[in-house]
Amino acid sequence: MPSRIGRFEIEQVAGNGLLDRRALLGRGVVLAGAVGAGAVGATTGAAAEPLKDGPWSLEVGDAIPPYQRPSGFEKAVVRTVDNPKNEPRNSRARTPHHLLKGIITPNGLHFTICHGGVPDIDPAQHKLVIHGMVKQPLAFTLEDLERYPMVSRIGFVECGGNSAPLFSNEPIQANVQALHGLASCSEWTGVLLSTLLEEAGVDPKAKWIIAEGADSPHLIRSVPLAKVADDAMVAMYQNGERIQPGQGYPMRLWLPGYEGNMNVKFLRRVQVTDQPALTYYEARTYSQILPNGKAYRFYFLQEVKSFITSPSPGLTLKEPGIYEITGVAYAGTGRIAKVLVSADGAKSWAEAALQEPRLPKAFTRFRMPWRWDGQPAILQSRAWDEAGNMQPTREQFVAARGQTSKPPSVLGFPSQHFNSITSWAVDGKGEVRHVYA
Amino acid sequence: MSMRKVSMRKLALGAVVATSAWGLAFADGPKLGKPISPSDLSAWDINVLPDGTNLPPGSGKAADGAKIFAEKCALCHGDNGKGGIAGELIGGPPKASLDGGKTIANFWPASTTLFDYIRRAMPYNAPRSLSDQEVYALTAYLLAANKLIGEGEEIDAKSLPKVQMPNRDNFIIRFPDRI
Repeated sequence: MPSRIGRFEIEQVAGNGLLDRRALLGRGVVLAGAVGAGAVGATTGAAAEPLKDGPWSLEVGDAIPPYQRPSGFEKAVVRTVDNPKNEPRNSRARTPHHLLKGIITPNGLHFTICHGGVPDIDPAQHKLVIHGMVKQPLAFTLEDLERYPMVSRIGFVECGGNSAPLFSNEPIQANVQALHGLASCSEWTGVLLSTLLEEAGVDPKAKWIIAEGADSPHLIRSVPLAKVADDAMVAMYQNGERIQPGQGYPMRLWLPGYEGNMNVKFLRRVQVTDQPALTYYEARTYSQILPNGKAYRFYFLQEVKSFITSPSPGLTLKEPGIYEITGVAYAGTGRIAKVLVSADGAKSWAEAALQEPRLPKAFTRFRMPWRWDGQPAILQSRAWDEAGNMQPTREQFVAARGQTSKPPSVLGFPSQHFNSITSWAVDGKGEVRHVYA
Repeated sequence: MSMRKVSMRKLALGAVVATSAWGLAFADGPKLGKPISPSDLSAWDINVLPDGTNLPPGSGKAADGAKIFAEKCALCHGDNGKGGIAGELIGGPPKASLDGGKTIANFWPASTTLFDYIRRAMPYNAPRSLSDQEVYALTAYLLAANKLIGEGEEIDAKSLPKVQMPNRDNFIIRFPDRI
């Protein structure tokens, strides 16, 4: 049934009020105007009040600060931290996806995980050493690397354990930040690691590198040389400024599309080898137990995935009317080709609009206009990458990868590399819950 | 030829100008790396490989490790490694599952990982404070307490890589074509 928005009728393209995405593209202005002053306001809202100047319009504002921070009214837009007292264990900060739009995560809101607190590294004393199966072991300073040819690229980093609460056998009630907050997207700038390896002269028999950080656990991960040759970067800048302490200041390894833990922060050493080290993190933590009792090793790839950021738990719909369903999709394999959205629990699907730029191994923002009729709805998104890989259904995913026998803590990590579909149920009051559907 | 193949050739042959997967052609760097000698590297050269490569001289036995454990590790890992604010290191379920329970005995595939991780990361509040001798002793203690070696067995660079971890053959490489 067509849905009337202002003077225009927008075609319903799937069940429960999903509208033609072209309403956002070709006729975006019409829809935007309709939401502000048309369908919703005119039919259900009270008349606007007479206008007056706010106090901020009647006095001089504040001095401009050297480093601008968000408005004081945006206090809720922060990361959630799970170890605020810095107890002797891992610390994590999760990105508030439900309060962000676009594809770039602001630097202060980028997720981070540290295994021994955030080190306070003096960049003038930091060194990056390359050794092992090379002709000449070399040491570089940050000042040295500043003179190397740099590249910039937008891309995501995702913890292998992002979305781990969805391994629970029952849906854990938490918001998108708690469930999917260990993924973020930035523009990274730095020197290709291959440039530095070439300078050191790699032994043709070498197959791996072992990257080590300067943090207190001296975290190491093994990375195939093939990935280094492809696109590994020694990143020094994040969205134009030096990378944040929690992101690995003054330099980190960035492996586009690969498991977050491999993107070694505070990078200080790269050993070239013919074998992996089977480090604590790769041999134990990031090896995933399978239903048959075996375990995956060297998963590496963050596979195609998407989730709806709005509406989502905590963002209650105040009244029936037109809303935009939006979220992010990404794939460690390359570009996102297509995102489908359902509002009726996967009975019917419609193609979402993909916001440009649509970059490989980066967040892609998707949008879908939706008329909520005030009745219960189940919102889902499902993404495809350009190679044709798609997000598995929950049934398919659990069959392959398993689930817990009882719900774990929302902060727990039963396994990793979850990339199935997330379902949000909207009830008659407009409240949103996490469900399996 | 794919971009990746071009880049691989670049690494192997050291071509002056390369095309990367980034779609950019770029010149070599300014070659500012300073040669560093093995002796200057030695304080950082701590990676131990599964075949025992780079294990240092020294040795240790479980009895010595038990004393060090009680003094420096039990605060977080509990008396006798039964777990505390940090995970259990001794005992635990016979098999790990998505409900938890990955242990040294039922999951860790390589004995060398113990030595490497203790030496680089432990104790949590004082990493790199243990001598190699102490790390060998702690490794022997944890292996013996998990019944993976005998109580009196000495652990050193030769014997450690030979310790057979029960779960070693239960791993599947997820994407072999990416290695």
